[in-house]
Amino acid sequence: MILDNKIPAGPLEDKWTNYKAKVPLVSPSNKRNLEVIIIGTGLAGASAAASLAEMGYKVKTFCFQDSPRRAHSIAAQGGINAAKNYQNDGDSTYRLFYDTIKGGDYRAREANVYRLAEVSASIIDQCVAQGVPFAREYGGTLDNRSFGGVQVSRTFYARGQTGQQLLLGAYSALSRQISKGNVQMFNRHEMLDIVKIDGKARGVIVRNLVTGEYQRHFGHAVVLATGGYGNVYYLSTNAMGSNVTASWKAHKKGAMFANPSYTQIHPTCIPVSGEYQSKLTLMSESLRNDGRIWVPLKKGDKRRPIDIPEEERDYYLERRYPAFGNLVPRDVASRAAKERCDAGYGVGSTGLAVFLDFEDSIKRLGKEVVASRYGNLFEMYQKITGEDPYKMPMRIFPAVHYTMGGLWVDYDLMTTVPGLYAIGECNFSDHGANRLGASALMQGLADGYFVLPYTIGKYLSDDIRTPAISTEDEQFEKAEKEAKNRVNKLLNNNGNRSVESFHRELGKVVWDHCGMSRNKNDLEKAIETIKDLKAEFWTNVSVPGEENVINPELAKAGRVADFIELGELMMRDALARDESCGGHFREEHQTDEGEALRDDTNFAFTSAWEFSGEKTPPKLNKETLEFENVQLTQRSYK
Amino acid sequence: MENLNLKLKIWRQSSPNDKGAFVSYDVSGLNTHMSFLEMLDVLNEKLVVTGDDPVAFDHDCREGICGMCSMVINGKPHGPQKGTTTCQLHMRHFKDGDTVTIEPWRAKPFPVLKDLIVDRSSFDRIIQSGGYISVNTGSAPDGNSLPISKEIAEDAFDAAACIGCGACVAACKNASASLFVSAKVSQLSLLPQGQPEREERVKNMVSKMDEEGFGHCTNTGACEAECPKEISLEYIRKLNWEYHRSNIKG
Repeated sequence: MILDNKIPAGPLEDKWTNYKAKVPLVSPSNKRNLEVIIIGTGLAGASAAASLAEMGYKVKTFCFQDSPRRAHSIAAQGGINAAKNYQNDGDSTYRLFYDTIKGGDYRAREANVYRLAEVSASIIDQCVAQGVPFAREYGGTLDNRSFGGVQVSRTFYARGQTGQQLLLGAYSALSRQISKGNVQMFNRHEMLDIVKIDGKARGVIVRNLVTGEYQRHFGHAVVLATGGYGNVYYLSTNAMGSNVTASWKAHKKGAMFANPSYTQIHPTCIPVSGEYQSKLTLMSESLRNDGRIWVPLKKGDKRRPIDIPEEERDYYLERRYPAFGNLVPRDVASRAAKERCDAGYGVGSTGLAVFLDFEDSIKRLGKEVVASRYGNLFEMYQKITGEDPYKMPMRIFPAVHYTMGGLWVDYDLMTTVPGLYAIGECNFSDHGANRLGASALMQGLADGYFVLPYTIGKYLSDDIRTPAISTEDEQFEKAEKEAKNRVNKLLNNNGNRSVESFHRELGKVVWDHCGMSRNKNDLEKAIETIKDLKAEFWTNVSVPGEENVINPELAKAGRVADFIELGELMMRDALARDESCGGHFREEHQTDEGEALRDDTNFAFTSAWEFSGEKTPPKLNKETLEFENVQLTQRSYK
Repeated sequence: MENLNLKLKIWRQSSPNDKGAFVSYDVSGLNTHMSFLEMLDVLNEKLVVTGDDPVAFDHDCREGICGMCSMVINGKPHGPQKGTTTCQLHMRHFKDGDTVTIEPWRAKPFPVLKDLIVDRSSFDRIIQSGGYISVNTGSAPDGNSLPISKEIAEDAFDAAACIGCGACVAACKNASASLFVSAKVSQLSLLPQGQPEREERVKNMVSKMDEEGFGHCTNTGACEAECPKEISLEYIRKLNWEYHRSNIKG
């Protein structure tokens, strides 16, 4: 299959402007008759639903939680980037574009990233107008801070709860459209399949998680805004319900999956404390503005950190990367922590942790200023660990946080299934092989508020003569039957292992072989291990309870089954990419200093995997990445 | 890390129409680093393996911010720790041999769906009645064109920190949603962007709250005491002021 990324012609900085000027429009009277289905209500889904409804389309929106306000965007802490240059520190659209391309280790598409940088400023305006209480200076203007991988202050924030405030802004815009009857909202509903008619996405099968009822919904177009798949690792900073099911079903219906192995391991999370652990908690990257990361110079030093004198500490990020210091990008910081711990310098009961120390900042700024910047994060740390970070350095370790990979989309954010779009974290488009901090919120809102509402018009303008298709159509019938069969199979399997035990086992395989470092041998073995795990799952999983009541185990079983299949694809992707780039670190490809070594001659492409049936291995398609505006260099933060 | 053994008394109710009852469970081999929900995970995994129906409860982010977890622990919404959601409550606050009672939110506008899960869509409908600023995508002026003093921005933020969990309602003997409504009304009426709809908003949200069956506020302060985000009772005072002001303004 030939991948057409539909990037408009013309100079980089004019592409989006020209696109908007020429994109076909849909008249108001036609919009009323066009129905759009949106799955997921995080930043991308809620902002898209609100915007499309404001424009006059008929929108149906679905989320698995009890309210659209619960989507996991809510947990983002640190901030949102925008090229406003309010700080007069030399920021610009081009610089945000450049930082993002470089931060992504030259594995993202120039045109998409430039557009993202271009619309970033409008996002801030929109959110301020909605009443998002961003941090302000005494003069009343918006405040900024710095994040990893950049040398300007372009991050807007609302204490350590930026995601919450932005999501509640989008949720309020969505609520307004619900009250006007422009959006029909379905809480506690889970998408189980995409319905394709004559090659186009025309609807979905969903299951009501309270009553177990199956429903068929028609849409002229279907938009997935279902977030990332970090929970394939079992332990991650994702919410417990975050899953890959919608994306995976789309993949099986013909949507290609791009760069599945590009995952972000975030350097500053609270370390794992035991087998029972259900999730990991992030400590915002913003902490690296004022916190210093170190380990003892002596191996296995068991003294309390405050008893270790300055000259016996190794501030390894400042030592290795003097230009960026503690603010190197996430992939670099995570690997550096792993390197120290593997070498035996790690701290804490497991030896898998490093210190994040605020002593100097408290001396320099006073406890009050530090508290005003990070108070809620310090409290959260104390609640979880029982230790006071004002007195004792935090212990942190990298954890799975974000997935740069996702459904392949073109410039219009359309997948390889006509009429099926993917926005926000569930697509692959903007972050290359590593995402910069505070760019996820930016991308989710850019896609939902400012990109999709234009690009979807191009498709729908061709569809004004298509009347609503009856959900009695045989394709709806077939998809519903398949979804039901699968649920019945899970419920009547009579195995003797819990869903949770399979998820835990899968997570360990994926973390060990497709985590912070990867190699050919392990990946090849892991593919076989996961195949066996899949077979074992379908013969031995036990799902209790019934179909027609709330049954969280049943919902989880369906999700874990999809994660297992995704896990195998991730291994294949990591194996095929025989180079290191960003978060993808192949041990065979590193510099003498242990930095990721790219191979631009052979791997400057996006991997787009095509589902080829249950018994046949997936097919790898390549989209060549053309760099016309930036020069590819080895990423250096020294 | 210490070992813990607990006796749990958990509310089990198979469906909205079932009468429901407490059922006792012994759980052993817990440790003090676990979160409260991880403790329930241990129980549930045990129940699954023996073919029993696991305890249904709402939860998602497990970081204290999504507002989905919702249980009354030993008579207190979100349990004994001040300013802490259930998911952020850790077992180090319990002692070996303790009996722990776990119930759903109990309030008429939050009907029980199953076990510890309740339906809080009434909160969504309150927000839909006016908890927003009417601004369409693309029509916003530059973010810095409207300076807002740090003090006002911080005050608005304190109100906006509400996670919509409903603990305030569960704590209130009248099942009033005043703290929840006051947080949104205060956030938006403090900010200059919220002025054009200020009067309409408070009227609509208060009347929706009544229509959904929430009770009236009698100033006991139980909501503030149990709020995991420590939203101040001061905002209810502000809600009342905003409400009267809207009547005077007509």
